[in-house]
Amino acid sequence: MSELGSNASTGWTPDQPMVSIKDVYKSFGELEVLKGVSMDIMKGECVCIIGPSGSGKSTLIRCVNALNDIQSGSITVEGQEVNAPGLNKLDLRKKVGMVFQQYNLFPHKTALQNIMMAPLHVLKQDEGEVEERARQLVKKVRLEGKENSYPGELSGGQQQRVAIARSLAMNPDVMLFDEVTAALDPETVKEVLVTIQDLAEEGMTCILVTHEMGFAREVANHIYFTDRGIIVEHGTPATFFDDAKDPRTKEFLSQIL
Amino acid sequence: MTINSASHANNKTQTDLPVLLPIARQSQQSAMIERREGTYRLNMQPRHIAWALVLFALACGAAQAAAQPEMLGPMQALFKWMEFILWGPEGELTGFALNLVISFFAMMLGTVAGAALGLMQVSLLLPVRQGSWVVTQFFRNSPWLVLLFTIMLLVPFEIDLGFVVIPVPDWIKAVIGFSLPVMANISEVVRGAVISLPSGQWESAESLAFTRRQTMWMIILPQCFKRMIPPWINWYCILAMATPLCSIMGVEESVTFTAQALNAEGDRPELIPVFYSFLLVIHFIYTYPIARWSIQLEKKFTVKT
Repeated sequence: MSELGSNASTGWTPDQPMVSIKDVYKSFGELEVLKGVSMDIMKGECVCIIGPSGSGKSTLIRCVNALNDIQSGSITVEGQEVNAPGLNKLDLRKKVGMVFQQYNLFPHKTALQNIMMAPLHVLKQDEGEVEERARQLVKKVRLEGKENSYPGELSGGQQQRVAIARSLAMNPDVMLFDEVTAALDPETVKEVLVTIQDLAEEGMTCILVTHEMGFAREVANHIYFTDRGIIVEHGTPATFFDDAKDPRTKEFLSQIL
Repeated sequence: MTINSASHANNKTQTDLPVLLPIARQSQQSAMIERREGTYRLNMQPRHIAWALVLFALACGAAQAAAQPEMLGPMQALFKWMEFILWGPEGELTGFALNLVISFFAMMLGTVAGAALGLMQVSLLLPVRQGSWVVTQFFRNSPWLVLLFTIMLLVPFEIDLGFVVIPVPDWIKAVIGFSLPVMANISEVVRGAVISLPSGQWESAESLAFTRRQTMWMIILPQCFKRMIPPWINWYCILAMATPLCSIMGVEESVTFTAQALNAEGDRPELIPVFYSFLLVIHFIYTYPIARWSIQLEKKFTVKT
């Protein structure tokens, strides 16, 4: 899974978009949340999606790993159609890692066990190897010494970093971050953002829904601004923050910066 | 009125009726303690036991006063029959011991069936979910006594399989009769525990590519288990206290034997309170420590999550 070669069954090669979202419509009952959203994310890119609450940001990235289904349009991950009826969801989720706003660690397992569970039981990998890799991941998210702590004994920022390590343990090709710092104390936000920045700099493909404008400006390759289910404006951080064209973007930025 | 409420304003009690103030203060205090400890209190203090003893002594005294000189005194009569009420004639497991036996087996049966039924209630298959819901609601909302009657009258006293005849003694029927409402309530305990977990647990497991079955057994149920222990013990206590119901059908348990003992003593009315308070006491001695224990467990688990 971790080797990024071409995919024989889908004809995908690394020079094509790793995640491709085309004209996606999604509604919850009467409520239309996404109204024709398209974006391409290349391998190794870090993309931030920003916008007011209720604009469909979280729904969009939840659709990428099929936690939500879509009404029409197409989402592909490494050429594999996410919206196909016969989709092998497990196959998709081995490629796509996700981190949530509320951490969602398993409270009855220690930090290390949280990280080890999926490789052990889903990928059926050897326990010794899994543990060794889990310990490396703990080190990577700077939580040495917390291996045997239960989630309830960790701070929000520490829990969120365990959650990131837990996702990484599956060796995903893409990481989705759904407002991962929104529930954290201001002083712990930074430790989580630094962890994500490290990942992005190592070449992990990252899609973040975030309200952290400073982070978006510094780390993102590309920024999308969504409002009421459509992408209003997008561009590189420089053009987006300093040279926004659309009045809605300008209004949002003036409120938030 | 106004003066009184003003003088108690700093106590933040919710009433300005002077007659209610002491009670309001008291209940507020215990509510504060309960909130701090995360569970309700069930505290028996020495004075409660003292009151119970005083009442018992009064009943005995009244019985003594009413007794003819040639008759057995109430305590003598009670001692004479105590063993009989507790475990029946020698070599049998009857009397109060049978109450415990019935409660154990009914709980075992009810737990196994209830756990299965509860898991069916959270199944993804609509017919399974609906069917188990109907069964659960039916047995949960039927009077225990009616279920008991139905089973005891419906199940034959022996089952003839052609080559072997299996006898079904009354107490086995009682076990089945009691296990039905227990099953339904345990089913609800299981369903309630499963749906009480935050949906994020399901979502993160899903995003880590766990199958539904794996999620259930490795992530959801281990967390539910802790939550289910206190209500499970609670239902055991309720069941243990309900077992005397089967005396109506003549099962040889403690209440049946108490009635027989009273009968043998010539149905002297002054003995009735003494014998039945003895029954209350032994049930209490059995159930109260279990109830205390369940509260301890509840406390332990509230802190953890």
